[in-house]
Amino acid sequence: MQLADIRTRLAGLEGRSYWRSLEELAETPEFRQYVEREFPFQASEFTDPAGRRNFLKLMGASLALAGVSACTRQPAEALVPYVRQPEEIIPGRPLFFATAMPQGGLAMPVLAENHMGRPTKLEGNPEHPASLGATDVLAQASVLTLYDPDRSRTVLNRGSVKTWSNFTEALSLALGPQRTSGGTGLRLLTEPVSSPSLLAQMAAFTAAFPEARWHQWDPVYGAAQGGAPSAHAIYRFDRADVIVALDADFLGFGAASVRYSRDFASRRRLGTPNDLLNRLYAIESTLTMTGTAADHRRAVRPRDVHGIANALAAALGVPEAPAAGGLDAGLSSFVAAVAADLKAHAGRSVVVAGEMQPAAVHAAARAINDLLGNTGETVTYTTPVVGTPVDGTASLAELVRDMEAGTVEVLVVIGTNPLFTAPADLNFKAAFEKIPARFHMGLYVDETAELSHWHAPEAHYLESWGDIRAFDGSVSLIQPLIAPLYDGHAAIELLASINGQGGQPLLDLVKGYWTSAFDGTTADTWTLRDRHGNPFTSVDAFWRHALHDGFLAGTSYVTGATPPPAPAADPMAPAETGAVSGIDVVFRPDPYLLDGRYANNGWLQELPRPLSKVTWDSTVHVSVTTAARLGVGRGDIVEIALQGRTTRVPVWVQPGTPDDVAVVYFGFGRTTAGRVGGGVGFDTFPLRSSAAPWFESGAQVTRTGESYTIATTQNHFAMEDRYPVRVVDAEAYRENPDVVRELKPLHVNPMLSMYPDHEYKGYKWGMAIDLNACNGCSACIVACVAENNIPVVGKSQVAVSREMHWLRVDTYFDGDPAAPSGVYNQPLACVQCEQAPCEPVCPVAATVHSDEGLNDMVYNRCVGTRYCANNCPYKVRRFNFLLYSDFTTKELEPVRNPDVTIRSRGVMEKCTYCVQRINQARIDAKTEGRSIRDGEIKTACEQVCPSEAIVFGDLNDPGSRVVQLKAQQRNYALLDDLGTRPRTTYLAKVRNPNPALVG
Amino acid sequence: MSASQYPQGDFRAPAPVIVPGHSHKSVTEKLSDMVLTHNTPLAWVITTAIGFCLLMLLIVSIAWLVLKGIGIWGNNAPVGWAFDIINFVWWIGIGHAGTLISAVLLLFKQDWRTSINRFAEAMTLFAVACAVIFPVFHTGRPWLAIYWLFPYPNTMGLWPNFRSPLLWDVFAVSTYGSVSAAFWFTGLIPDLATFRDRAVNPVAKRIYGMLSLGWRGSARHWWRYETAYLLLAGLSTPLVLSVHTVVSFDFAVAVLPGWHATIFPPYFVAGAIFAGFAMVLTLAIPLRELYKLHDFITMRHIENMAKITLVTGLVVVYGYTCEAFFGWYSGNEYERFMLKNRIYYGPYAWSYWALMLCNFIAPQILWSKKLRQNLKVVFTVCMFVNVGMWLERFVIIVTSLHRDFIPSSWDMYYPTFWDFATLAGTIGLFLTLMFLFVRVLPMISIFEMRTMLPESHAHAKAKSEEGAH
Repeated sequence: MQLADIRTRLAGLEGRSYWRSLEELAETPEFRQYVEREFPFQASEFTDPAGRRNFLKLMGASLALAGVSACTRQPAEALVPYVRQPEEIIPGRPLFFATAMPQGGLAMPVLAENHMGRPTKLEGNPEHPASLGATDVLAQASVLTLYDPDRSRTVLNRGSVKTWSNFTEALSLALGPQRTSGGTGLRLLTEPVSSPSLLAQMAAFTAAFPEARWHQWDPVYGAAQGGAPSAHAIYRFDRADVIVALDADFLGFGAASVRYSRDFASRRRLGTPNDLLNRLYAIESTLTMTGTAADHRRAVRPRDVHGIANALAAALGVPEAPAAGGLDAGLSSFVAAVAADLKAHAGRSVVVAGEMQPAAVHAAARAINDLLGNTGETVTYTTPVVGTPVDGTASLAELVRDMEAGTVEVLVVIGTNPLFTAPADLNFKAAFEKIPARFHMGLYVDETAELSHWHAPEAHYLESWGDIRAFDGSVSLIQPLIAPLYDGHAAIELLASINGQGGQPLLDLVKGYWTSAFDGTTADTWTLRDRHGNPFTSVDAFWRHALHDGFLAGTSYVTGATPPPAPAADPMAPAETGAVSGIDVVFRPDPYLLDGRYANNGWLQELPRPLSKVTWDSTVHVSVTTAARLGVGRGDIVEIALQGRTTRVPVWVQPGTPDDVAVVYFGFGRTTAGRVGGGVGFDTFPLRSSAAPWFESGAQVTRTGESYTIATTQNHFAMEDRYPVRVVDAEAYRENPDVVRELKPLHVNPMLSMYPDHEYKGYKWGMAIDLNACNGCSACIVACVAENNIPVVGKSQVAVSREMHWLRVDTYFDGDPAAPSGVYNQPLACVQCEQAPCEPVCPVAATVHSDEGLNDMVYNRCVGTRYCANNCPYKVRRFNFLLYSDFTTKELEPVRNPDVTIRSRGVMEKCTYCVQRINQARIDAKTEGRSIRDGEIKTACEQVCPSEAIVFGDLNDPGSRVVQLKAQQRNYALLDDLGTRPRTTYLAKVRNPNPALVG
Repeated sequence: MSASQYPQGDFRAPAPVIVPGHSHKSVTEKLSDMVLTHNTPLAWVITTAIGFCLLMLLIVSIAWLVLKGIGIWGNNAPVGWAFDIINFVWWIGIGHAGTLISAVLLLFKQDWRTSINRFAEAMTLFAVACAVIFPVFHTGRPWLAIYWLFPYPNTMGLWPNFRSPLLWDVFAVSTYGSVSAAFWFTGLIPDLATFRDRAVNPVAKRIYGMLSLGWRGSARHWWRYETAYLLLAGLSTPLVLSVHTVVSFDFAVAVLPGWHATIFPPYFVAGAIFAGFAMVLTLAIPLRELYKLHDFITMRHIENMAKITLVTGLVVVYGYTCEAFFGWYSGNEYERFMLKNRIYYGPYAWSYWALMLCNFIAPQILWSKKLRQNLKVVFTVCMFVNVGMWLERFVIIVTSLHRDFIPSSWDMYYPTFWDFATLAGTIGLFLTLMFLFVRVLPMISIFEMRTMLPESHAHAKAKSEEGAH
């Protein structure tokens, strides 16, 4: 029987699939298992503890086959050079393939850089409307997860190693009774899904098991409080003059934030002092990146947002607006001013409601947008992009009810980790353990996998086929960049095997769907057009195009197909009023680990959280005033009691947080996450309830007296009158364009140098960073980490200020810490000084000026005196105090960029302006006999930046973008009074406050 | 000016540098018998044992350092240098007194230097030995630094960067070390010959014989010796100024507020002499007791050294005042901030005030003749100065680095166990070397002491008086 399986498998292989040796064949888990089993049919008896004969047999077999049984051993293969060079592969030159990263069911479209068959870096897909060439932090870091040695490597049945066919057999066995009953006891729990082919499988599944239920749970993207909004909103911030964000972090949260950052920044980019800026009002309960970008920000308690939304609607004359009330005088006048501004910009304004606010707030925002004529102009409402939308919290609660009732016989969990992330009041674990057959599929052997009977490793998106929609509805194709490293399979395969299509290759399943879509035989009708709007001539042409572009242009709701009509708006509701006692708890996902799913990603653990710069920990943010009232400070562990649930977490005093609000970040404290993330930080999920997953009143915060070390990369957030970030109001800038240059800490004469200036006959590289565009998302940092092989140093090293990031994003607060008047972000890497203080002090000439103006760091020559770092006024040099680069974990070797040296212990390093990219472009230009074009070289930070704040180019080229930017009057050099003459300069932040609210 | 110019019993006459009643024979016997004996004082054994244990700690610390990296110390991103360079500058400074005593005082014909120059020179050498450990091992890759910092011809065609003060350090310190060693050894030759002649143990006789390089005490030997010694003294004299000037360039050349100051070279040199004399006193007072050297190291020596300590201490305080004044007078935002941060607002302000206590307040005690003659008081003051000079470098290095230009990069520095272990270890190395030296070599120059005796002077005096008439 099983031998027959192997024969059919051999027969089923496509193309020239002759196996070279038995060893090679034995690498398939099925065959290996066949070899291991002396008596395949009786093998299960071995697990019976009784029986001496069986014991002896087992011992004998184990001894004999001990060598064969090592799991996931890589095949021993000889290195043989190509006899014929494969097309397109040039050793040393990467290839780029379009694919997409799923984030909460939505696509982050990427181009994956592939070096000799291994993906090393992701860039945004410049053609895709959801990326335009940029990505977010999570996409940048996801390549590390691909190679994570702690990813699940094999199918497990109660902890013992099994194979995929064992898994599917067990599943089909469990599904046997369900097929006859129509699936009354069958439940499926997934993350939000927008993949058309997976949704088609889901439809087939629902047809086969009409009584089965499909639940969705995502604690970050899928949880709703007070109901999920019925419609999906797609904003056009590039068209909006006035934006009101109601607890909405549209610049920092979700897969759409990349596009939204670009659109928003396009209206903050000043060419001349007379250009008009948009104006952003942010009303929020947490300090967010959107809040720091705002011209006016109000920090309010989370439940007050609803009242403000209603008041705004009422002030604008929305007929169905409930009577507003309960706002204090300051807020009332603020709302009046905002309403006037919105009215003045009817049709060119937009009100954005946050994902964490209830449906009623979304309803108010939608009503205002409808009234002002913004709908259709600056915002489009459509049916939700995520298929079969459900309110995740309600869906999970329903599942738990069924589990407790004992009606669930088989549960298949795909991707999500409810045992760690489910709201505490659901008591998910107890209910889960009642299910007789529990199947789990995921990237990691996580908390849910541990308690499941069966676990199967899920393939990483970089090793699987698939499809997914972006926030604007456009469909992206996911294509593998590498064969699954650890025997992983995709959710589509699992569903297919349930639906009786088991054994079909993943490619056939996905391509099959799209072939029928092309033929028009799918349930959904598709408008398949290329980027120019032309129909495809054949399925092959369509498939090739789609893979090449990475997406199907015609499927966008904004630029392509007419969007499906939006569902009717939710009703507006009066806001809760009445006294609130205690402290309001706001729940936020950790911006990088989300619900803990990326806990084992060292890049993300160590990436400083925006604004707080905390690494490796979850904290509770409280305002300066609240901290003083509670008698707590940074690092004090507090106990938060909320409606009978409690948790302990260290305090981070975050200026800009509303008073009497505790912002609790979840995602840390994973128990089984892997060697990086296991046991790191505090688990705050025990505080979160299903009724109020985002905010809840009435918490008691008490200090425990214990304190805890919080590792941050920045400890001082005041500018000390030094204006590292120069900020002016648009009005002041218009009146006196020199105002930025006059804002200097020192008024010194331009310094003369005894040495002649360097001469640059060829290129002269430089950079300009527009602080008006930067919102502090930190994608540049992780892009730099990925590009330049920057090591992870761990919490203890960050705590003693030894982080290795070449690029940092500094945050400064302005005004009273209890109510800061401004929060500014400033990306800072080596500024490549013309007169670099580091260069003359190195005794071995390991840091030298290049003939293109770079301050080159010669690692081989560096002996590590650290004098250069001491003498660097920008403190951007990083020293390998210990052996930080991982030279021992084999699994992590392929993630490294082969173009960049891995630095060893005792060596200084710093930003190189991505010199490897400069050299690549130089080679290309030379072979083509031309000079490097402007924009041809993009540094990693520039390429990833969603808001295009960073521009790199040749200062000797008068037409280059960087020269244009540096010509602006708001261009200034950091610490220019030192005479270092940095190559990287900044464009001052220009704010556009509402005159009615100033003074 | 010598004592003989004053009438007998004149109160203005300085105390003699050697207590009356000694003859050539008694001086030679007293000083050589300290070494050529089987009786090792118990105090010597205990102190050397402590020093040796600390030396072992140094070896462990350095082995661990080479194995793991600089990360075992507390140095971090804003504070790239800390205990490593503090200790380096501290030890180099201590070394200064030896050169000053042996060379400068020789040229100025300060005859009282004879009693102390030998062990002050030894102290210089050992302090330099302790000091050089730090610049070598504080680098990230000492196995390369140890030769890449020297300009040697190589296939890469690479030279060190001659613009870097660290390279100047290499030249300054290596010159200093080698000239000091040559000077010390040259001065030892006649005494080694005395040991050779007096040693009973055949092995010791042989070793001293080899080291004395065939010294027979002929007039020609003496003539050559005097010439060489004088020349070496002339060579060493500029080194007294140059070494610490160059070390101060490590800081003065940098852009960092708190380092970038033109007062540094003279201020560092004064600080070095201050530290050096304090250390000579710290060593001389216990050794004098231990070996009953009251006849040779008299109260006059102690007092003279205390006075120099007081004077150089005041010069150093002048340096502090100038630094503070420049900080304020520059009108430079960063300099002013540095000053305020150093003196009152910063988290390390305590170190500045501790420094003031040690280097400014404590030495003022030495104004009083009575207290200057109290050995316990002098010793205590010197210990304050030793600590104070270490704190001075802590203030300059750590306090300046931890808050510089861009507020976002400001951070704290905390030393680790290994920082302290390395410092203690070098003290162990110093003690071990110092006590081994005392045990096997004449810690006071025997032949020079003999020239201090009135019997030696009888002829010379007669001669000079003859010439004068």
